[in-house]
Amino acid sequence: MESMADVAAPLATANQIAKYEAVIGLEVHVQLGTKTKIFCACPNQFGDAPNTNVCPVCLGMPGALPVLNRQAVEYAIQAALALNCEVRRKSVFARKNYFYPDLPKGYQISQYDQPLAEHGWVEVEVEGQPPKRIGITRIHMEDDAGKNIHEGFKDSDRYSYVDLNRTGSPLVEIVSEPEMRSSDEAFAYLSELKLALQFAGVSSCDMEKGHLRCDANVSVRPRGQAEFGTKVEIKNLNSFRFLKQAIDFEISRQVGVAESGGKIVQETRLYDPVLGETLGMRSKEEAHDYRYFPEPDLVPLLISDEWLARVKSAMPEMPALRRKRFAADYGLRPYDAAVLTGSRALADFYDEAAKTSGDPRLTANWTIGDLQGLLKGAGKEIEDSPVSAARLGELVAMVANGELTGKLAKDVLAKMFETGESAVSIVEREGLKAISDTGVLEKIAAQVVEANPKQAEQYRSGKTSVIQFFVGQVMKATRGQANPAAATEALKKLLG
Amino acid sequence: MKITEQEVRYVAALANLELSEPETARMAHELDEILTYMDKLNELDTGGVEPMAQVLFPAGETATLREDEPGATLSNQAALANAPLSGAGQFKVPKIIER
Repeated sequence: MESMADVAAPLATANQIAKYEAVIGLEVHVQLGTKTKIFCACPNQFGDAPNTNVCPVCLGMPGALPVLNRQAVEYAIQAALALNCEVRRKSVFARKNYFYPDLPKGYQISQYDQPLAEHGWVEVEVEGQPPKRIGITRIHMEDDAGKNIHEGFKDSDRYSYVDLNRTGSPLVEIVSEPEMRSSDEAFAYLSELKLALQFAGVSSCDMEKGHLRCDANVSVRPRGQAEFGTKVEIKNLNSFRFLKQAIDFEISRQVGVAESGGKIVQETRLYDPVLGETLGMRSKEEAHDYRYFPEPDLVPLLISDEWLARVKSAMPEMPALRRKRFAADYGLRPYDAAVLTGSRALADFYDEAAKTSGDPRLTANWTIGDLQGLLKGAGKEIEDSPVSAARLGELVAMVANGELTGKLAKDVLAKMFETGESAVSIVEREGLKAISDTGVLEKIAAQVVEANPKQAEQYRSGKTSVIQFFVGQVMKATRGQANPAAATEALKKLLG
Repeated sequence: MKITEQEVRYVAALANLELSEPETARMAHELDEILTYMDKLNELDTGGVEPMAQVLFPAGETATLREDEPGATLSNQAALANAPLSGAGQFKVPKIIER
């Protein structure tokens, strides 16, 4: 539904937008990867037959009482630590009251004035700009609602269908400070947040399955103005692309309204990916009075020093730190460091392979290039790689110390991928070991030079690039086994 | 009066209640009495007392957490047994217009 604010104001031009600054904050809901729901023992599972993972608690039956899931708390603490938050030793659950068919209790159990964690931050980097910290206001725990299905049934014109399997799934809501200034920053923030939570292992963060949902608060103000403009909440941002598109559209819409003398209305808008526009929702303002009060059925959540210390000590290295370490300790280029921290499994794999090989940069090339290529071809993830990290490290070590030529190593890796064998046993069996023996190479070089007098003459008369031809000939004669550096040296000695 | 009839109508609307005019007047009166009683409680000095919504025991950690182990669920049939309307294994409600 179009609201009053949409009337007639044209979208802003680039020149008009340049006069304004956008102020963006994100509210991100993340479904925690527990086996069971937050307040009952129903499976926390996606894709089952409707209304089968339900019980009196999540159906909101009278008299049913919630009992908090310890693992959900632990994941929430891990999420808080992954995002540099302070965990409150005491947090309190509260009821957020509203009526909707996907919410059988008539209220959501959330946290209000005493959330689990506060004062966090995420460092983001947008290309061409220095790194920037985006503050995280708070993280609180809450239960998810069910699913309303409005279409697809023959009486869908008259009825909505309700599946309550998701009701009671454990969520954390992560609220950022309004510190982003562009859709690129919002994109970078959400990417880094997702990566950190995946590294912490608290959620798969699969946006397609709704494990990660994002709402954006967007306002604009003339550059230089201190106070914020009127903010608009955009919902339905269920992909990174939509997040960026919706924010860009909204900035342009708001500047357009302001520039044509209109007033931006505080409202909630839905992003329509087909139109590429945000649309005002028909809503009554009074719908936002949630009448929060402390949840009488749950005691406050107390987290002991010991518990917090235990969780803290088990936290894995976060992606931002890992990127920095890969660059500093392993000498990787920022791009390679970013690729290799694209998932925790990949980062762990690379780390182990690099340690085994002793040549981190060469290992990075083999991991990103050849191995990822083979995995992609086989439709496999790094977790299912038939070549273990240690085995890849062994192969790279053989290349690094000249035992195996790069060219043959590619074939060996392909065989390793196929059979799961080690590089050493394939190389031994097939006799692929590089020939570095000077005596042997000199003999072959001599034969090659003798067989190609014309090229030898060219080399001697100054056309030194012909050396590549001779190296190629030596390679051919040795079925690719000659150590290229040693072969080049032998040839130069003969020709020089 | 501590509460107006307008406020009663607002709260009733939030609670999806439809009150007639006489009911609204009666509710305003009764709520007013309850709020007056709250004033009586407010005579006590609770300045040094932490607000409490639930009974708490002095402990470092919440003692009533549940382990993350799946338990019994209701069958789909049982889940829908009390639903006024159902179909295709789901609850059916009058068409929702997205807000």
